[in-house]
Amino acid sequence: MLKRTPFFDLHNQTGGKIVEFAGYEMPVQYKGIKVEHAAVRHAVGVFDVSHMGEFFISGDKALELIQKVTVNDASKLFPGKAQYSCMCYADGGIVDDLIVYMLAENEYMLVVNGANVDKDFAWIKSQNTMGAELVDRSDDYALLAVQGPKAKATLQKLTDTNLDEIGFYSFKTGELAGVSMIISATGYTGEPGFELYFEHKNADEAAVWNAIFEAGEEFGIEPCGLGARDTLRLEMGFALYGNDITQSTHPLESRLGWITKFDKGEFVAKETLLAKKEAGLKRRLVGFVMEDQRSIPRNGYTITDAEGNDIGFVTSGTMSITLGKGIGMGFVSTDHAKDGGTIHISIRKKSAPATITKPPFISK
Amino acid sequence: MSTPSDLKYTPEHEWVRDNGDGTVTIGITDFAQGELGDIVFVELEDPGTDYSKDDTFGTVEAVKTVSDLYAPIDGEVIELNEELEDNPELVNDDPYGAGWMIKMKVADAGQLDSLLSADEYQDITS
Repeated sequence: MLKRTPFFDLHNQTGGKIVEFAGYEMPVQYKGIKVEHAAVRHAVGVFDVSHMGEFFISGDKALELIQKVTVNDASKLFPGKAQYSCMCYADGGIVDDLIVYMLAENEYMLVVNGANVDKDFAWIKSQNTMGAELVDRSDDYALLAVQGPKAKATLQKLTDTNLDEIGFYSFKTGELAGVSMIISATGYTGEPGFELYFEHKNADEAAVWNAIFEAGEEFGIEPCGLGARDTLRLEMGFALYGNDITQSTHPLESRLGWITKFDKGEFVAKETLLAKKEAGLKRRLVGFVMEDQRSIPRNGYTITDAEGNDIGFVTSGTMSITLGKGIGMGFVSTDHAKDGGTIHISIRKKSAPATITKPPFISK
Repeated sequence: MSTPSDLKYTPEHEWVRDNGDGTVTIGITDFAQGELGDIVFVELEDPGTDYSKDDTFGTVEAVKTVSDLYAPIDGEVIELNEELEDNPELVNDDPYGAGWMIKMKVADAGQLDSLLSADEYQDITS
């Protein structure tokens, strides 16, 4: 039985095209990916991402557990600050990527991918040998991502919390549209914006949704689906769990070395990852832009060198709506993974050249 | 979703219009264009090629996905919709009209009878 977010009826009323995603019936698009993508790049768009999971970890062992299961250094957090991180299995394979929020002293919220909620919770629980308090409240929380250059102007009309004071990857708790929520300056689009977490059982979620759309009307606000979410994140080169990062990839080869803090103390997979680093990486996740305009890379396509030798595979690909060109990410053997180098994507009967390009693919 | 009753359909979401002169016009259905979303280009094989039913005669690339096009019947492709080269969105905007894809010379008229009616097609998409 598929789950529904609290906004399901609104998606239907708004013309959302519903597909199955992460065990939920989710909107993939409303008016169309191009329109929604442009709304976020140039104005403001709203995504229902209530399928995401929220875990709460508390008590005097909370930080110890988070330091053990995540690769980034959560000791750097302070109340009101969030951090992008990932969790690994002992062999270095990625369990999931996530955001760690420090709510208060000894109180944290972990936000994980919707498709991984059960797996992630079981994993963290299995690592909780120190006895931190751990609760899965994914079903209690609604999450709306309001993204775009006009996101702040839209939301500021609905709250007394000064949104100018919330820096990137920071958050405040406040009332917005009459509902108490976590207002977090985070997102998955490359545009400024906010993610709004609130307990939907005590809130009129339709009133929140409608208030946001009314406030954003003057800017041309649009509801946005998973389709635009994917094209927006890929233009930025943000990894998607299940495509670019999986249990079979580790953070150092997946452009996540910057969040892997070997100097923070012990954590799951630390020794394995150090050994991999020492031995040298065999492959790397790279971004690339197609040279000709009629080639669109897709997940699973083979990557070859000029002679046609297999050197890797595409993990994500799409038509960049901003560039009007195919863009993608993929694993390539290290000796071919040089910025500016040419690789070839096998697309049906042809071999299409692409240039290795460090994301973001659009200027930001 | 529109499914004109004067057309024939395939389970692969193509429509076939019998032009009455031994040729048919072929495109993808309104349902198919809706499922694909914004179409960014249509790649069609050159005219003159002979196809057997279910052979791939082209590819539709949408933003989020790619889909092959299958010949609904045996025959030779005699014309492509060249407008789609520059305006692939015609397939989204007018799938049964300006968004047509190819014209084929029918090799075996009997095959047309085995295609789906509008009602039968609607049953498989509902």
